[in-house]
Amino acid sequence: MKRIESILWAALGGLAVLIVWQAAAAQSAVLPTPWKVVRGFAELARKGVLVDYTFASLWRVARGYLLAVALALPAGAALGYYAGARRNMDLLIQILRPISPLAWMPMAVVWFGVGDAAPIFLIFLGAFFPILLWTAEGVRTVPRAFLLAGRNFCGSHSAVVRRVLIPAAFPKILIGLRAALGIAWLVVVAAEMIAVNSGLGYLIIDSRNAGQRYDLVIAGMLLIGAIGLILDGALQRAEKLKFFAWGFRHDANV
Amino acid sequence: MSTAPALPGIDAHPKLSVRGLYLSFDDGGKPRPILDGVDLTVEAGEFVCLVGPSGCGKSTLLHVLGGFLQPTSGSVEIDGEEVRGPDPRRIFVFQESAVFPWLTVEGNIGFGLTHLPGRERAERIAHYIDLVGLGGFERAFPHQLSGGMKQRLEVARALAVNPDVLYMDEPFASLDYITRMEMRRELLRIWQRERKTILLVTHDIDEAVQLGDRVLVLSARPARIRQTLEIPMPHPRDAGAPETIRLRSRILDEIGVAKNI
Repeated sequence: MKRIESILWAALGGLAVLIVWQAAAAQSAVLPTPWKVVRGFAELARKGVLVDYTFASLWRVARGYLLAVALALPAGAALGYYAGARRNMDLLIQILRPISPLAWMPMAVVWFGVGDAAPIFLIFLGAFFPILLWTAEGVRTVPRAFLLAGRNFCGSHSAVVRRVLIPAAFPKILIGLRAALGIAWLVVVAAEMIAVNSGLGYLIIDSRNAGQRYDLVIAGMLLIGAIGLILDGALQRAEKLKFFAWGFRHDANV
Repeated sequence: MSTAPALPGIDAHPKLSVRGLYLSFDDGGKPRPILDGVDLTVEAGEFVCLVGPSGCGKSTLLHVLGGFLQPTSGSVEIDGEEVRGPDPRRIFVFQESAVFPWLTVEGNIGFGLTHLPGRERAERIAHYIDLVGLGGFERAFPHQLSGGMKQRLEVARALAVNPDVLYMDEPFASLDYITRMEMRRELLRIWQRERKTILLVTHDIDEAVQLGDRVLVLSARPARIRQTLEIPMPHPRDAGAPETIRLRSRILDEIGVAKNI
């Protein structure tokens, strides 16, 4: 019953959005009608760019994001573990962190030129800091008793890291991973508006530049939204796994 | 170091031997003494309780014995062998529950048993689940357990690796009164079955008198052993018996607490 009710509400909400959209489109020279956007989707699918551009964007995100994960996890763990490292690096991190990755765009183009490297670099920058800081926080706040118990039972330091430190810090690391993926997906669209000629960001800027095709612009925007939702949903699902669920409960024993 | 000749039929070494333990922390350039010459000997299978005024360093002493802290000078020996760090033969049971929340009850108890073959490991886990009365909760995670059950889980995890010595740092301090009583009884039952050597730090004098073969009273910081009280009474002990009350009173006098408030 609850389920049917919520589906009904979602359908009603969607219908309301469509009605408002349709009415607004009738008044506007720029905004296309919903139906035109649907035809825009069909056109993109027919030309083959729908799938190609989606994969181009996802592939850039994957490389930039994984590079960030590969560097930010060990760096964050070191920051969390060594208070001295934290003190020394704090100022640098606090200065770099608030700079939008997009502000690096001119430098990125100079350094990496035209091609995939520049957007990947920007995605890397956007994803790096949330993972770094949440990993550091996760490692720093592992209760001391867990580490002592780990040392008591495990023979080696590497076993304590692998069997205690990492699992204990993981719920917070996962928050960073999720935030970073969201940022990476925001950054790729902006980064693709320069320096490359594929991807969903390129689709949007190209559709506008080549003939003011706002139906294709909105189709691209909706696609970006849908993929973002799927990416976040995947990591959100990870939080629900029993292994991690303890870290996301308010009454968790930490 | 020990050159005492072993007498025939008598083990030359006590289980635990602590000599001249001194520890000071650096407090802004000048040393702040925490332990001031602690000497103690514990025989195998003995249950010894350490009591003392709060902040006296009794918990720190236990951390040194467990190998988590290096003393400034003095030695800790187990079976005549110098303690150089934590070791699964001597398990520390923490004040706040240190069971791992990402592992199930089984996973926690099996944490120190990864070297065993699968079947033996499973048997060992089943045995200790049974011993501490956590049957039916094998697959539960710690956040699904009550405080008392978590503490029992921690005791089971410690016992499962078959240690010689258990160091318990106010293990029941965070439990409610009734659960604490139950846990004391449980611990005694387990100790009588498994005959581990136990050193238990507590600020609860009743607990010490109820559990210990011996109660060591520590001084205020820097800690020394002020007094050793033998408690020859058999278990179960009556908390209201005149002997118990007399002992409790003596310990209170030693610590220097006003009895009549």
